[in-house]
Amino acid sequence: MSLLPWIPHLTFAGALLSLAAGTRSATAARVTALGTALVGMVLVAIGAVNFAPTSGLQTLVDVPWIQEMGIRYHLAVDGISLTLVVLTSLAAVAGILFSWTVEERVGEFFALYLLLIGGVYGVFLSADVFLLFVFYEIAIVPKYFLIAGWGSTRREYGAMKLVLYSFAGSSLVLAGVLWTYGAGGADGFSLSALAEAATRLSHIETVVVFGLVFFGFATLAGLFPLHTWAPTGHVAAPTGASMLLAGVVMKLGAYGCLRVALPLFPDGFTAWQPVLGWLAVAGIVYAGLIALVQNDFKFVIGYSSVSHMGFVMLGLATGERAAVGGAVLQMFSHGVIAGLLFAVVGRMVYERTHTRDLTELQALPLHRLIPGAAGVFVIAGLASMGLPGFSGFPAELKILVGVWRVNVWWTVWAGLGVLVAGAFTLRVMQRAFFGQAGTDAAPVAESSSLAPLSLPEKTGAALLLGSTILIGLKPDLLLDWIMPALQSPAFHFAATKGGP
Amino acid sequence: MNADYGELLRALLPEALLVATAFLIVSLDLVWGRGRSREGRLQMAVLMGALGVIAAGVVICQDGVLGFVWDGTLNFDRLAISVRVGVLVLTGLSLLGTLGGRGTDQPAEYVALVLLATIGFLQMAVARNLLMAFLGLELASLSLYVLAGYDRTRPESAEAALKYFLQGGVSAAMLLFGFSLLFGLTGSIEFGEIARALVAQPPTALGAVAIGLILAAFGFKVAVAPFHLWAPDVYQGAPTSSAALIASASKLAGVALFWRLLWSGLGPSSGGAGLGISGPGGWVTMVAAMASASLVLGNIVALVQSNFRRLLAYSAIGHAGGLGLGLLSAGEVGPGPMFYYAATYGLATVGAFGCIAVVERNGRCETLVDLAGLRRRSPLVAGCLAVFILSLAGIPPLAGFFGKFVVFAVALRIDGLGHPAGWVALLAIGMSAVALYYYLLVLKQVWVVEAEVESPSIAVPTMAAWALVATALALLFFGIFPSLLLGLF
Repeated sequence: MSLLPWIPHLTFAGALLSLAAGTRSATAARVTALGTALVGMVLVAIGAVNFAPTSGLQTLVDVPWIQEMGIRYHLAVDGISLTLVVLTSLAAVAGILFSWTVEERVGEFFALYLLLIGGVYGVFLSADVFLLFVFYEIAIVPKYFLIAGWGSTRREYGAMKLVLYSFAGSSLVLAGVLWTYGAGGADGFSLSALAEAATRLSHIETVVVFGLVFFGFATLAGLFPLHTWAPTGHVAAPTGASMLLAGVVMKLGAYGCLRVALPLFPDGFTAWQPVLGWLAVAGIVYAGLIALVQNDFKFVIGYSSVSHMGFVMLGLATGERAAVGGAVLQMFSHGVIAGLLFAVVGRMVYERTHTRDLTELQALPLHRLIPGAAGVFVIAGLASMGLPGFSGFPAELKILVGVWRVNVWWTVWAGLGVLVAGAFTLRVMQRAFFGQAGTDAAPVAESSSLAPLSLPEKTGAALLLGSTILIGLKPDLLLDWIMPALQSPAFHFAATKGGP
Repeated sequence: MNADYGELLRALLPEALLVATAFLIVSLDLVWGRGRSREGRLQMAVLMGALGVIAAGVVICQDGVLGFVWDGTLNFDRLAISVRVGVLVLTGLSLLGTLGGRGTDQPAEYVALVLLATIGFLQMAVARNLLMAFLGLELASLSLYVLAGYDRTRPESAEAALKYFLQGGVSAAMLLFGFSLLFGLTGSIEFGEIARALVAQPPTALGAVAIGLILAAFGFKVAVAPFHLWAPDVYQGAPTSSAALIASASKLAGVALFWRLLWSGLGPSSGGAGLGISGPGGWVTMVAAMASASLVLGNIVALVQSNFRRLLAYSAIGHAGGLGLGLLSAGEVGPGPMFYYAATYGLATVGAFGCIAVVERNGRCETLVDLAGLRRRSPLVAGCLAVFILSLAGIPPLAGFFGKFVVFAVALRIDGLGHPAGWVALLAIGMSAVALYYYLLVLKQVWVVEAEVESPSIAVPTMAAWALVATALALLFFGIFPSLLLGLF
């Protein structure tokens, strides 16, 4: 019997323990949090090793919960959710390692952090939409306090904007789900019951409800033009939180689209498909172009996140099995790479130089001052550009090939987006790390003694880099989980168009 | 009719206990309290009051469902029992909040008045004829007017009492007028008879006027727009524990009373649940309109409040819209969701006012800025306040979330968007996203912002601390296991 269903609760318990440990000492809180995340990772690993890919969800636990409403406590896993659970466990451990230097209210910080992680685990494991929604909202609120309490640039604004966008999105989802439940006469909130109820809605209703649910989730996934919370939120957040935000929280949105919106309302999807595709493409190109002209290191990464999430949304918008599989792979890949990039910016560079301004960084020969950070960023940058050998390559390739079958023009524009991604990554790499020493004399003296990478930083970077390279070299590790899951009748929408 | 006073007295034993307790408190205070400290007298009064409340609660639970009593004048059904217990719990928590607060010069009379108001609430929960309904309502209201003006050291308190009294008086007059019209139309004061008479006759303009007048009184009691105007001033000016009572137990009892009156008395005039918008003459449409206005007005105006209590008042107006929605759906699915919403809302509100009382004891607690740095001054109060506010905001796994969820779900279940309740539910979902903003503004002060002037840490009286923690845990518990309340019906 797998221990996967206990992971959310274990993480919540770890949050309480960290809070308690924080009243003793900061180190105790850090160790508790890391311990919790590591235990989670081990349990995920055990679950992953024992996982036999099938089509359809494998129920982990299914008991009645709120019988008056037909709500069940139903956790289940398939290849898609397992992929994202693995990503979450990696991001959790890495994020804690890169938050090792948080000094204020350490216990509270890690308690909120683990609360968020627990909620994310719960979303990926839920098979009942009510339960999914509960975990989804549990993951939203801690973000406000993490960003407003420990963040930087315009943190209160960034935190409020992010949380209000997320909550407004989840309200749309709630409206759509309850509409389906009410008007369709569902006997509960399980995916199958809602899917059955959705067939009883009129066509117009299906189209409207799909719009509510899809755009509600897509807000959190950063779909253009609902993405504006993402750059400000990422920039304002403390390093560990931006890693989580870009790494896993944006995936919650995309996962919700894939798990709830698309399977429940295939007719609605057909009606909206052209719009979704173009919005995704617009996001890829637009965010990429904005990233190209940013002067704040973290904003570049923030917009690059939006651009890369555009690929995920484009993959989903094709409704083509290979591309949808690519989108899931891209979720994993972007989760790892974005986490890494934010770690370099926020932890490795900013905490040493106290600037994120690219003009100022250009005056520092960072590749000599902190060669480790430069090395990590170069590798992560290459991965982010989608070079072969890293996880982004098979993911984007699968997406683009699938898109080609559906709409050639989307492929053309998305291909342009890949070029833009290369451009802004190379630009920021050059400015931030390979600037000329002495063009601005002042900072050189003080910065010549920047501390080398610490052990937590090295470990965290190795973990994430290892993952992206491993999946880049052998994407089948994940695709063997993902593709069978997409054969499930629930993902019927993805089987209807083109492709073998 | 055959009046069996023995049966009546047996059924109303909890009320009798509360009356006895109230007299006992006042006389004990007179005898024993002379020359003692204010604090000591308050503790005695609250202790006695709490014991009375607990005794009444035990009796209610033991009696269980009694059905019709005294020829159908009173109805002790499941809803009545649940509401009576709920009212007693909320009253008890408000009383404990008095311990945490600043106190008053005449604690015994204060507690006695709280108990009298409670008797009114208990009557409202069971009343099944117009006369009993009005008696219960007025007993509660008259006590609450005095409680609102109880703090004679602050002019705001007198202002609150006057505004509450004037508007309450007008609304009582309207209710009475509506009742008399209803009696004239149907020839009965008993809900069941009224319903039977209404079925037999075509809708009349006079009937519509009667319903309008009754709904105005409902709007006043539960603070539904456009009859909400008293709420901000009373929440702001009244002594904290009075405001807590007005905001929680009073609403729960009011919703129960009007549920019974509207559905079992005026059900035939509802406009037809299945008829939907095509039956505009019925009160369902009117309540839907009032609920929508309340949701929009309460939540939008709350956005710009800088006074914490006024913010809670406007949030209450928004929630009153949710309660109105629950009332609408209750005809189809029973009062379960409505009760769950009102009870858990009451818990969260009592808790929030309890936090205000404790903070006030150690300094000002008027504006939001006064809450700044609360997490340093008292992590316990800050933590509990976070639970209460997040429950009001409807964040899972707290009870406030499930309350909204179930009310919206059953409202949409009636007939999708074919019924006005469906539209109000969608509006309410949208407004809950708006509401999160002002709730987060409160929590921002409590948990993020540092105080400009370093204030001393807060000493929380033990009993008040236990009450706050218990309330917070109850919200978490009922949020995770909502069937415990929903399953009662």
